[in-house]
Amino acid sequence: MKKETYSRRSFLTKLWIALGAVAFAELVAVVISFFKPRKTEPTAAERDAVVIAGAVDSFEPGTVSAFVQGKFYLARLDDGGFLAMSRNCTHLSCSVPWVSKEHKFICPCHSSEFDITGEVINPPAPRALDLYPITIENDILSVDTSKLRKRSVFEPTQVVYVKKT
Amino acid sequence: MNKPHGHRTYFRSFLLHFRPRNVPERTLRLSLTWGLGGIALVLVFLLFGTGLMLKFVYEPFPDRAYESILFLNNKVPFGQLVRNIHWLSANGLVLVVFLHLLRVFYTGAFTAPRQLNWIIGLAAFAAAVLSNYTGYLLPWDQISYWAITISTSMLDYLPGVGGSIKEWMLGGTEPGPGTLVNFYAIHTAILPALLLIALPFHFWRIRKAKGLVIPRSAEEDPGIQAEMVETMPHLIVREVAMAVLVLAVILVIAMLFNAPLSEQANPGLSPNPTKAPWYFVGIQEMLMHFHPIFAILVIPMSLLIGLLSIPYIKYETESSGIWFVSGKGLKLAMFAAVVATLGTVGGVLLNEFVVASGPIGPPDMVNTGLLPFVSILGFCTGFYFLLKKSFKANSNEAIQALFTLLTTAFVVLTVIGIWFRGTGMQLMWVG
Repeated sequence: MKKETYSRRSFLTKLWIALGAVAFAELVAVVISFFKPRKTEPTAAERDAVVIAGAVDSFEPGTVSAFVQGKFYLARLDDGGFLAMSRNCTHLSCSVPWVSKEHKFICPCHSSEFDITGEVINPPAPRALDLYPITIENDILSVDTSKLRKRSVFEPTQVVYVKKT
Repeated sequence: MNKPHGHRTYFRSFLLHFRPRNVPERTLRLSLTWGLGGIALVLVFLLFGTGLMLKFVYEPFPDRAYESILFLNNKVPFGQLVRNIHWLSANGLVLVVFLHLLRVFYTGAFTAPRQLNWIIGLAAFAAAVLSNYTGYLLPWDQISYWAITISTSMLDYLPGVGGSIKEWMLGGTEPGPGTLVNFYAIHTAILPALLLIALPFHFWRIRKAKGLVIPRSAEEDPGIQAEMVETMPHLIVREVAMAVLVLAVILVIAMLFNAPLSEQANPGLSPNPTKAPWYFVGIQEMLMHFHPIFAILVIPMSLLIGLLSIPYIKYETESSGIWFVSGKGLKLAMFAAVVATLGTVGGVLLNEFVVASGPIGPPDMVNTGLLPFVSILGFCTGFYFLLKKSFKANSNEAIQALFTLLTTAFVVLTVIGIWFRGTGMQLMWVG
């Protein structure tokens, strides 16, 4: 009789603890999910993520054009290939200007330098500039700024060429 | 004898709810505390008061924030002054709490029963720094925007979770509306609430330890029975005098100099140079010399663990209440400070002009991370045993010297980062 009361009481205590744990887990889940929508809800900028850069021929080989709206650089290499690169330094995210006189990107914050392909030519930047995918249709070039691709070094396969027809 | 007579009695009985009736006479000496804890509390009161006022003017949205600061400065009566006081008190608080920490350490006021209070103090210090940091962004000017950009980007180097923590903090991939709302909520609700809990806890632990540590010379017994005096007026008058002095100094400086405000934030244009808030410049400086994982994770974490363990180390002697443990302790601490200053300056110059001209490429985990870290660790260990063996230091003196060594190194790195780094973060002569 006495033992029975005891086990019922301990059962109820455990039940309370379990219920409390469930309630706590629910609370945590609510708090976490509370912070989610800000991240997933597409902002105006994300809806306009695909930036139409213009006609392929409007970019001279060996030049870099800045796109303020999409926050990227479009580089046309000497061989006619294209690269779309984030303007943010891979070191600490400062905005990197293209210095056409010296033909390289120079970060004002910690003097990292990148060549026209985004390859690091002076540290402390640890990686080449991030890339955005490029699509070319009917000689019109567009860049999807919602899909940032990280890379460690420049590789020739990253360059996008106009398909010869 | 104590005849009730009006408001004085009410004040006295109110006072006795949070202050003891008597305090040891010796703890009143300015050369014990320098009033640093009290100064910090006055600054916290100023911050709460001015902060509440600013809350009625400030608008935490990227397109409104900067404008609301301009409105505060130019249109709101005394707006500029209130902002200046808030800015000064905030920066002063970080400095004063740091000095307070040094005072507590060098008077040995962290041994039992004060162990937990050292930890609470560190938590309050962290809350003060984070309050400052979250407030740094709010004006949404160039300085604040880029300081927050680079200091949050440091998180990217934490393996695994760093990127997600950064995105959570920023509420996106770069500083924007989400960031401002996050920082505003943390700055005006979460951290003040934490301080409101931590500070009374801090003060209550002092009461539980029967007041402040009693200053004594090395010859006196640790259990020294101090002469007691009445809190009112002896302690209260001193505290009020110090508080009034602090208020006056803050007010005068706030009238003479304006809190900095640069142009409105421009996400497309990084100013040159871009620096983290001054209390994180030491870490930014380490980033220029060490692999990021070591500069922002391994080294700061090791230092934090060291700080947290200070009160729980077994010491050879009971040195609470004695400045610098002993005369020898003071000499060794000064020796450590000189070694750290020369070593840090030498190391920075060496790395800048000799090592940094080496091969170009991504930072090397072994050469810029593990190797320097292990050599620093080895140096500290060697230094500790040198003091113990050759100088016959006891563990109190040796650990105090080690603390001095590391603290000085961090302070020197911060000074280099603030005053000796110019355009493109190049080393230069005073800027």
